[in-house]
Amino acid sequence: MKFGVVQFPGSNCDQDCLYVLRKVLKRDARLLWHAAGDLGDVDCVILPGGFSYGDYLRTGAMAAHSPVMRAVSTFADRGGPVLGICNGFQILCEAGLLPGTLIRNKNLQFICEPCALRVERNDTRFTSQYRPGETVSIPIAHQDGHYYIDEAGLERLEKNRQIVFRYTSNPNGSVADIAGIVNEKGNILGMMPHPERASEKILGSEDGLKLWMSLNGS
Amino acid sequence: MKAKIYVTLKKGVHDPQGEAVLGTLKHLGFKDVKGVRVGKYIELNLDGVPADKARHRIDAMCAKLLANPVIESYSYELD
Repeated sequence: MKFGVVQFPGSNCDQDCLYVLRKVLKRDARLLWHAAGDLGDVDCVILPGGFSYGDYLRTGAMAAHSPVMRAVSTFADRGGPVLGICNGFQILCEAGLLPGTLIRNKNLQFICEPCALRVERNDTRFTSQYRPGETVSIPIAHQDGHYYIDEAGLERLEKNRQIVFRYTSNPNGSVADIAGIVNEKGNILGMMPHPERASEKILGSEDGLKLWMSLNGS
Repeated sequence: MKAKIYVTLKKGVHDPQGEAVLGTLKHLGFKDVKGVRVGKYIELNLDGVPADKARHRIDAMCAKLLANPVIESYSYELD
């Protein structure tokens, strides 16, 4: 599987993702510039964390309308897998590829710490290597990670089983403890925690590696 | 023509920033403030655009970029 990692002005986890994909997972991975009109021959797109366009206006708002996102949207429409991490999740919501949005943390603080998550589903192409209900430790690093959706939207998420990760101890005020969701078709995952920062033992957790392995085998 | 656009959080959307500002106002002795909601003010220069067309363009710009309909609503003035 060939991975493409999108680089927006202000992305700062792009190199971490490339490192994990190339050196740990040992797969072909390349950078895709935000102004690119097409994705080449990649089989999976990663939208990395960071502060695209300086978080101006709203997190992810500007990046959601960059040329590469038109190509990502077409790729996703055809069923291609897309993973948005942190700022990538915010961008997917702003682009309308995932429902809801991410707003300021309830306590207004930037929170950077290991975080316990419950894997709600292992029947997605992103989570097949996990056990259902398993608790994993994957760090968060965000100030705008408070997932918000209205009641009707939350009902749809629950009914369609779109919630993939929940915080076991909600750090940011997210509705229904949501840490990560998929679209109805199941080929787009957005999550606030950073699996690329938990993919080697030396970093304190390898729990994120199973996500990359799931994707690689999907 | 100038458009003055106000983007505000919808009713019911939690505004921790507004709450923090409220707390600080109270610390400063402004005890009569009952609530604070923080929003955005955006100014657009639309020189040469007729008012009718400007209204359509502003609605489109707010729907596409300037406001997020999930959490925000907007209003504007032309002058």
